Amino acid sequence: MSPLFGRRTASAERSRSGDNGAPPGAGNGRARIIPAGQPDRRAENWVVACLVIAAMFAAGFVVGYAMFSPLALPNEYLGATLGLCFIFIGIALTIVAKRLVVTEEIEHDYPTEHPEAQSEIAQMIHESGSRITRKKLLLGAAGLTGGTLGLAAIAPALSLGPFWNTTPLDRTPWYRGRRIVDVDGRPMLADEIFENTFYSGFPEGAPMDNIGSPIVIMRVNPAQLRLPAARRDWTPDGIIAYSKICTHAGCAIELYRKPTFPPVEPGPALVCPCHYSTFDVLTGGTVIFGPAGRPLPQLPLYIDASGYLRAGGNFSARVGPGWWNVREKPIYGTY
Amino acid sequence: MSRLITALLGRRAGRIALAASVLALGLAGVAEAQPELGIVRPIHEPAHASVQLGAELFAANCASCHGVDGQGIYKRPRPGAGNVPGMGPSLRGVGAQAADLYLSLGYMPLGNIHEQPNQGPVRFSKKELRSLVEYVASLGPGPGIPHPDPKGASLSEGFQLFTLNCAGCHQLAAEGGYVTGAKVPPLHSVTATQIAEAVRVGPYLMPRFSTKQISNAQLNAIIRYVLYTNKIDNRGGWGIGNLGPIPEGMVAWWIGIPLLLIACLLVSRRFRKA
Amino acid sequence: MSITNGRRRDPIEDPVRFIDERTATSVLLRAVMRYVFPDHWSFLLGEVALYAFIVLIATGIYISLFYVPSTAQTIYHGPYKPLDGQTMSAAYRSVIYLSFQAKAGLLMRQTHHWAADVFIAAIVVHLMRVFFTGAFRKPRELTWTIGLLLLFTSFLEGYMGYSLVDDLLSGIGLQIGYGVGLSVPIIGGPLMLLIFGAPFPGRNLFFSRMYIAHVFLVPLLLATLIGVHLALVAARHHTQFKESERTTNKRIVGAPLFPAQAPRSLALMFFTVGVLFLLGGLVQINPVWQWGPFHEWASENGAQPDWYLGWLIGALRLMPSVDVTIGHFTLFPNPVWGGVFFPGIVLMVLVAFPWVEARLTGDHGVHNLAQRPREAPNRTAFGVAFLAWVFLIFVFGAADRVYVLVGLGYQTLLLIFHIAIWVVPIVLFFITRMICRNLLASDIAAAAREQAEHEAIEHARALAGARSRPG
Repeated sequence: MSPLFGRRTASAERSRSGDNGAPPGAGNGRARIIPAGQPDRRAENWVVACLVIAAMFAAGFVVGYAMFSPLALPNEYLGATLGLCFIFIGIALTIVAKRLVVTEEIEHDYPTEHPEAQSEIAQMIHESGSRITRKKLLLGAAGLTGGTLGLAAIAPALSLGPFWNTTPLDRTPWYRGRRIVDVDGRPMLADEIFENTFYSGFPEGAPMDNIGSPIVIMRVNPAQLRLPAARRDWTPDGIIAYSKICTHAGCAIELYRKPTFPPVEPGPALVCPCHYSTFDVLTGGTVIFGPAGRPLPQLPLYIDASGYLRAGGNFSARVGPGWWNVREKPIYGTY
Repeated sequence: MSRLITALLGRRAGRIALAASVLALGLAGVAEAQPELGIVRPIHEPAHASVQLGAELFAANCASCHGVDGQGIYKRPRPGAGNVPGMGPSLRGVGAQAADLYLSLGYMPLGNIHEQPNQGPVRFSKKELRSLVEYVASLGPGPGIPHPDPKGASLSEGFQLFTLNCAGCHQLAAEGGYVTGAKVPPLHSVTATQIAEAVRVGPYLMPRFSTKQISNAQLNAIIRYVLYTNKIDNRGGWGIGNLGPIPEGMVAWWIGIPLLLIACLLVSRRFRKA
Repeated sequence: MSITNGRRRDPIEDPVRFIDERTATSVLLRAVMRYVFPDHWSFLLGEVALYAFIVLIATGIYISLFYVPSTAQTIYHGPYKPLDGQTMSAAYRSVIYLSFQAKAGLLMRQTHHWAADVFIAAIVVHLMRVFFTGAFRKPRELTWTIGLLLLFTSFLEGYMGYSLVDDLLSGIGLQIGYGVGLSVPIIGGPLMLLIFGAPFPGRNLFFSRMYIAHVFLVPLLLATLIGVHLALVAARHHTQFKESERTTNKRIVGAPLFPAQAPRSLALMFFTVGVLFLLGGLVQINPVWQWGPFHEWASENGAQPDWYLGWLIGALRLMPSVDVTIGHFTLFPNPVWGGVFFPGIVLMVLVAFPWVEARLTGDHGVHNLAQRPREAPNRTAFGVAFLAWVFLIFVFGAADRVYVLVGLGYQTLLLIFHIAIWVVPIVLFFITRMICRNLLASDIAAAAREQAEHEAIEHARALAGARSRPG
């Protein structure tokens, strides 16, 4: 007896599907289990035809694969031949299912409840504790062991990376005096920063793909700036820099909406292409549209004696998407 | 009549007279229709392009926003000077480059200053275009029409430069997109010259990239890449727009799933109902 | 026929005997062969998902033999000119090689990706069928829960799969995933540092970890969950529609696995595999050479995740700018609403539904009959409303392309959707419920009419019979 599929004896099934007078099955003299059906030679022909066509497609796949070089081999050809081969096998099998095997309707009981077995299991477990006098104590001790062993099992996972110490999230490569370079590593001259466009900058000598590295640099009309008082000298000649990493979910901000025609324009803005958080360049990176919850961190700038742009310190706030400590003070070391 | 005045009093007076007379003629057209819907032309156009023709066309179609002599209008004009709320930047010193860009793309004339200029049909003839460009160029010294040469440029360098400077708005396969407040156009029906002009001019919200930021050699590379996107390598099959997962999801749901539902229907049984 | 040992030699029975003598499985096999499959095309949707999973395994094994799980930087020199001379990771390089220089490599990659998209779509269609027919009710609540775990696990698996390529498009997605992970309240920062090994983009080790998770750990989990899911379905047997007098809550009527259902299921498998390979060959998907290698300081307009994460990008875009802070501490950074709470709520509602429905209707009975959606108006209406809510949020995820296509401004769409995602589901709830009730009423009326006519005919016959009898 199989508990999964219920109890069906062979004889019970045979009698249900019935014997329609056709020859006995399997040549063993027993009554048929599966009813006999009418032959269908046409269906057989169709099946053979489909299988032959499928074989041709499969052969076509192999031939094409062998004949062409990788760059010349059309992907469409490979997919069409292989795919159609499978489709025609499927058609052949469908014809088999509908015309060449007998589709019977049989019945079965749904599995029923087994309250006897359920009680017996429960009883066995209850009775197994007949020799135990202080169950709670034993269970408590087992719980203690299990809990501590669980901790021990999880503990090595903490080696995967920093966990308690989240200061790596706070750090950026920027400090006062660090020179700014472009994507090819060339230092940026303040005189070559023009209005109405934007530049990507990186810290000289530091890895470019650190989340605190990339910045966006623009030149704006200094008279239009409305920055917090503490940032008055962060923008020499109107050159202003922000972190390039959006404070919403961390995408790189690669859209700059330049001012167009003063009477109708929206002001200059940095836009993130992922969820369209829009940051106002003139007011210190405040969010003017979109889901970002924090303004874009600003990087102080100054121009050195040779005319190159350098960072005046670290960002105004932690960079990137937010986490528990993202607004904590102090931010970094001194500026 | 204006020619007579020009001959007698000099070019400037001639221009003013011309502007005045054509304005009188043209205002009727301008007042009734937005500039988009009708170009006002002189009744008898000369056979060849000329600054004169450009001046006439400018006065009739552009001056209402860009001002007489292209000086720009930064405050609303007094009521009575036409129903068109014309305002526009000064065109002095923008050169042939900007004029050619905006006109050849159909960005200008713009019917509503609050709307974004969109690429559209060019309603001026080639001769008229050339004339207008010459005229705007004559308003003040400015950059001429660039002559890019993308053929020998590095496709790979172009791809990298495009990714860094352009793809944030124009999408990696130059299919265009959105920036807060404006639509970014795809770049598949623009010429190499127009691309070069756009990069240097920065139309509408687009940044303006000078030669110090993107050199001419780099610009050639970018143009080569943009033109390449017109026949981008779609060796995987039907490119479905080169937009990424949105059309892919549509294919999975509107082609894949229906085909599989058909397969389910095909293999299901039908009994005689008891 | 020859006779040996008193039993006839039979080309089929001999091997069966051979196996049974060594495995003792004949009784089980005999029962399995007559396992009953009730008839309805919509009961095959889960099978479609299963066959897509098989294609994923097969094509996945193939492409994993070419993939290099390393972010070590290398310079490309190969047939695709736009990438020539560019610096890229070894992982990206290996996928470009597979796509351009390994014959049939692109076919396998694309079929694998199509199979992933279709696999999850099939699960969603299957989920809707199970929901709207009430097949999740007792005794199948556990099957339903496992199915939901399968769905959400496959989201993760697909996400990791396309992120392994290290192209610009998927890398942007990883960056967002990192941002969403950071936003988990309180522990987000430490958690992401643990998983990535360092602030994004993390150490090179991260890609190795993602690779092991994607090709081994999560497929193992998926296969186990699928196995348990199928075992549960088989153990309780499939639900069925009440199509005849003989189908009852206690009796299942259908066709046997062998020989009736087997060729049909096999045919469906070949059709599924065939459709997936046709897609893999004829429709391009994820052309990573066009996106270029990933750089954390680069991005592009219109970056999107694969469709099954579209509901999350929609939620992230829709959510207004709200961070919840306690003093200097940020309890709920903005991405947590759309990236964590929203999917969490959806999962919880779906998991809890069978239990809540049983509670609210007071119906704790065993149900083996599938219902027509109209027979449970409240459930159907709720399902439609809930689906509409999720679907509208999903649609907004593509609002920028809608704007480009149709011209309706993004900011306008934002306003419209802020309202629509609440109003439309509520309206749909009431409309759907009304339609269900009307359909049900007309069904009952039609049945009553039929019954009355039937009785009238019987009555007339009886009368005629009485009159024709003598005396």
